[in-house]
Amino acid sequence: MTDMTAGQAAARVKSVQDAYLEMTRRKRAYGAVMLIVFVALMVSGFRVADGRNAGGFWDGIGNIFQFPGEVLSEAGQKIANLPGLMWKFLPSLIETVNIAAASTLLGALGAGMISLLATRGLAKWPGLIGLFRRIMDILRAVPEIVIALVLIFILGGGPVPAMIAIAIHTMGALGKLFSEVNENASLKPVEGLQSVGATWGQRMWLGVIPQVAPNYLSYALLRFEINIRASAILGFVGSGGIGYDLKNAFSWGQGRYDEVAAIFLLLFGTIVLFDQMSSHFRNTLIGED
Amino acid sequence: MSMMTDITPPHFDATAFFRRKRRLAFAAPAVILAYFAYIFFAFDIMGLAERARLDNARILVADSYSYKTHVTRDNRSGALSIAVEGENKGTWPDGTHPDWVEIQSPDRTLVSLKHGQDVLIDGNRLLYDVPDYGLIEAEVSRSGGIALSLPTDTIPDWISASNARVDITTDAGRVTLTRARTEVMRYHFGWELFWFTLDSPFYGKSLGELATLALSSEHVVEGKSNLAAMAHDVWNNRMWQHKDVIWAIFETILMAFLGTMGAGIAALPLAFAAARNFSPIMAVRAAMRRVFDLLRGVDALIWTLVLARAFGPGPMTGALAILLTDTGTFGKLFSEALENVDKKQIEGVQSTGASPLQRYRFGVIPQITPVLLSQLLYYLESNTRSATIIGAITGGGIGLLLTQAMITQKDWEEVSYYIILILIMVMLMDTLSGWLRRKLITSDDSGH
Repeated sequence: MTDMTAGQAAARVKSVQDAYLEMTRRKRAYGAVMLIVFVALMVSGFRVADGRNAGGFWDGIGNIFQFPGEVLSEAGQKIANLPGLMWKFLPSLIETVNIAAASTLLGALGAGMISLLATRGLAKWPGLIGLFRRIMDILRAVPEIVIALVLIFILGGGPVPAMIAIAIHTMGALGKLFSEVNENASLKPVEGLQSVGATWGQRMWLGVIPQVAPNYLSYALLRFEINIRASAILGFVGSGGIGYDLKNAFSWGQGRYDEVAAIFLLLFGTIVLFDQMSSHFRNTLIGED
Repeated sequence: MSMMTDITPPHFDATAFFRRKRRLAFAAPAVILAYFAYIFFAFDIMGLAERARLDNARILVADSYSYKTHVTRDNRSGALSIAVEGENKGTWPDGTHPDWVEIQSPDRTLVSLKHGQDVLIDGNRLLYDVPDYGLIEAEVSRSGGIALSLPTDTIPDWISASNARVDITTDAGRVTLTRARTEVMRYHFGWELFWFTLDSPFYGKSLGELATLALSSEHVVEGKSNLAAMAHDVWNNRMWQHKDVIWAIFETILMAFLGTMGAGIAALPLAFAAARNFSPIMAVRAAMRRVFDLLRGVDALIWTLVLARAFGPGPMTGALAILLTDTGTFGKLFSEALENVDKKQIEGVQSTGASPLQRYRFGVIPQITPVLLSQLLYYLESNTRSATIIGAITGGGIGLLLTQAMITQKDWEEVSYYIILILIMVMLMDTLSGWLRRKLITSDDSGH
């Protein structure tokens, strides 16, 4: 080995170089194929969606500002009404926010429970970890609208169906994030508590929760933000809150566009406000930035 | 002395800290409890018990696993028809009938319900012998309405009777009489006509028979192989409309895919303009950020409504609504990722004499690809759910079918079918996006 000649060394370099170039070429070919498949998917998907839409994309793109224009011009004419209308819709807005807050709280409480039961090392019944994980997957998969519609049929309209629907989805979504947080919790306090004879509930409440609470809270705030949007949308399909008012004003059409504008503004303002608030609190909680 | 002051403050702090913690431990649950108490009254939970319609729940549950077949006699013409759920598309063809209906003479039909109970429709008369109760006899006449004779003097609560309408509900089935028609309903377990409708030659065949037919060369339908004919009959099933349902699922996934990927493509260049280390002009950065905030803040609901006016209902509208909202989200996420890019790699590429474009291609893109892809795939899954909701608002995809089936309030078996399909769809997308994430981003073990 030591007396490797210059020629041998050059050959080695050459073979390494060739292998490297070969690999690069192959990688590039894969990349090109993936890109072509992706572009083909996008283009054909676009054409299918365009074909199945009631109005075509190219016909509609010219009218895209027509409706906002109508709303704005009518709102502009009746600009004096706007503050009054916003005041009028404030109770519905509060209901929407309440739906989001209550469902986030309920969901987070449930998620805390189920995530502790689904975390290795912390679970009360280690044999059932898989079961609880499955339950979380199913809760997470159910779109809110499915539960909301079924509950509206049984319970009648109002905020409760939306609250339950969002809470169920929140429980699944947060449960997954919470259990990831739990995995990183130190087991030492838990073992310490166990050594003095603490029950499972005491071990979790005193040993785990203080460790994970800031992260729980941060995720719950993020979820609250998402849930405000969800509760506005569910209102639109018949479950109370500002979404329901929006639907009414909207289906009335021309003549009520000042109401539509007022609700748009309220909704936009609320979403931005809670976005900013939650990101501010999250930053102070987990000490980022 | 100085040592004392060094030691005391931490000790002091600790007591205060504990006191604060203890206060918090009681205050937080108390606040939550108070809030729930407020919600209890604000949402009128007490009134809910009155408003709740548990009979609706019962219908929903019963309908989702069983169906009823109506045996109907038109009391004006005397014609008899047998139809699943009383629907036109579920009608038994003339001359055929299920084996629990016995047509004894042109205007005399015996219907066997469950538990060995029989109902006899004899012209305008109906005879129903209910065990432990006795013989119920009803006669419809055009002038006098319905004459009902019961074995007891009082009418039990499972019979509702008036001159114009009589309803008898037992655990074996249901009987309804009006002047226009006499109807006997029998309940069966399962989803009716899920594969083949009654007009299909394959209806009522067992799995074994179907398999034999599929393999045999004898053609049931002229000019078509049996397998193709079967597939055609299932695909065009009028009762369950498998074709429309599968298309709707596809539309929903399409909305999510086009929206998410389109947003990714649109957001990437915008994110460069909003990132501190790539965009030197502060005004541009600030403007870009406001655009992202606006796109996100307006929310998919409002975008859907605005776009539906321009493009009409359909998957394109939904895809564009997702695209706009997520361009805001991705713009924010991507620009944050770009700001965290390691400078050394770019400098390394630059030192080899790379052009600015090559610097981006080899210095920046490889660094942000994992973040980008994992976000895109994560949102693809969550947007499948959003697309279901958006479809319900704008009118496209499985969301529309679900709301329509709900509004008619009668095809609950279809509602449960759609719900199951939606669950399968979301879980498949979840699995797919997780699998792709692991496949494409091998370095990122967290899969997130």
